[in-house]
Amino acid sequence: MGLLRRIRETGRAAEPAPPRPEGDVPEKARELGGSVQVRCVDAGSCNGCEIEIAAAFNPVYDAERYGARQVASPRHADVALVTGPVTRNMAEPLRRTVAAMGEPRLVVAVGDCAINCGEFAGGHGVEGAVADVVPVDLTVPGCPPEPDAIVAALRRVTGR
Amino acid sequence: MSAVGYAAVAGQIVVVGAGAPLLTGWMRQVRARLEGRAGAGVLQPWRDTRKLLRKEPITPVGTGSAFRTAPALLVATTVVAAALVPLLSTDTPVSSHADLILVVALIALGTVALALAGLDTGTAFGGMGASREMTVAALVEPTILLSVFALSIPAGTTNIPAIVSGAVDEPGRLASPAGLLATAALAVAVLAETGRIPVDNPSTHLELTMIHEAMALEYAGPDLALVELGAQMRLTLLLGLLSSLFVPWGIATGTSWAALAVALVLFAAKVCLLGAVLAAAEVFWAKIRLFRVPELLAGSFLLALLAVTASYFLSGAS
Ligand code: SF4
Repeated sequence: MGLLRRIRETGRAAEPAPPRPEGDVPEKARELGGSVQVRCVDAGSCNGCEIEIAAAFNPVYDAERYGARQVASPRHADVALVTGPVTRNMAEPLRRTVAAMGEPRLVVAVGDCAINCGEFAGGHGVEGAVADVVPVDLTVPGCPPEPDAIVAALRRVTGR
Repeated sequence: MSAVGYAAVAGQIVVVGAGAPLLTGWMRQVRARLEGRAGAGVLQPWRDTRKLLRKEPITPVGTGSAFRTAPALLVATTVVAAALVPLLSTDTPVSSHADLILVVALIALGTVALALAGLDTGTAFGGMGASREMTVAALVEPTILLSVFALSIPAGTTNIPAIVSGAVDEPGRLASPAGLLATAALAVAVLAETGRIPVDNPSTHLELTMIHEAMALEYAGPDLALVELGAQMRLTLLLGLLSSLFVPWGIATGTSWAALAVALVLFAAKVCLLGAVLAAAEVFWAKIRLFRVPELLAGSFLLALLAVTASYFLSGAS
């Protein structure tokens, strides 16, 4: 079995966990108790941020070990990871996604575009930054942010 | 009936209820390690449940009683089935009612309740998941029935505790061709019924490939906690049923506390082992195309049919 040999040779791909990130656990996240379900919303990004989010959940960064898990439905989610500047067509879907999440809910704006429209500021299809559309609790700066930074933001929410 | 019998029933319910999230956590942990991850820990499903119970309950606009009653019904049917199936002891106050057909009907009732809830939400994915689940269920329930029938022919009854205690006394029944065919058929049926790879992927977040998850997309908060607990309990129950039927050694057949304690330890060990094997197998398998699922299930039905035939003719000849 080739796969079995690969598994044995690779062993553990996950890097040792870095120390707990600085900064307090946001007030609303206290109730979550080490379990966070994440829903990604692409509000108009260039997909660079999506690639980094995917990397944050891969075996090397393994965000799942801190209790974060990606889910398929906003109803299951506690955290919305929003990427990209909010385009006109995505403003209403984004509002509805956040409204569909049960309290306590948090919105994390990932990437420079989500924080201040970044590269796309002033574009004719851009409605604004994420904070102009829904209340934002945490931000992850960078274009694109490194997986480490995304994992650190998720760890501040899970508290682990 | 003795106190030990009541303790055994209570023990079965508690072990399945409290152990189900741990089994799921254990299986995810095994999978994570094989994938080179560190894993979230065995207790993570319990943390998820605790968090969901604290969250705000949501009832989507336009949903009716089917949506609201399904989570409770799913858990309730599983609890009753867990009380009936001889997981720890074959000698309990309810063992005379633990009929095979009743247990399969209870499991099917939970499936139907969730499928109706999926239809009730009126969303595209809910209805699609419900229709897929019913397709799978229509092929799986007869397989479960038939493969246990194959074991019930030598025992001469469809009472599960009687089948299990008969097998403890006469291990030859399990090593017969009928026993082996029935094991294979039931194993495939359990995989399909609990929505595991290769039939369904429990950790998917692609709606188009979902079967079980698609029906639960609209649940939130405490209701979602119940739906997830129900699904985890069904997995534990069916793996327990599989181990009770085919590796029955260690299950208490009399009324002694020591036997019950041994049965508890062995049950936990057997289910953990089965769970680890299933999780490891999932690393090697891919989910098969939806249109191939009926072929797989028809194959397992055929195995079950062969098992019944073999069991009928071989036991008739002897
Ligand atoms: S922050 Fe950079 S990588 Fe992310 S969406 Fe904007 S341009 Fe793309």
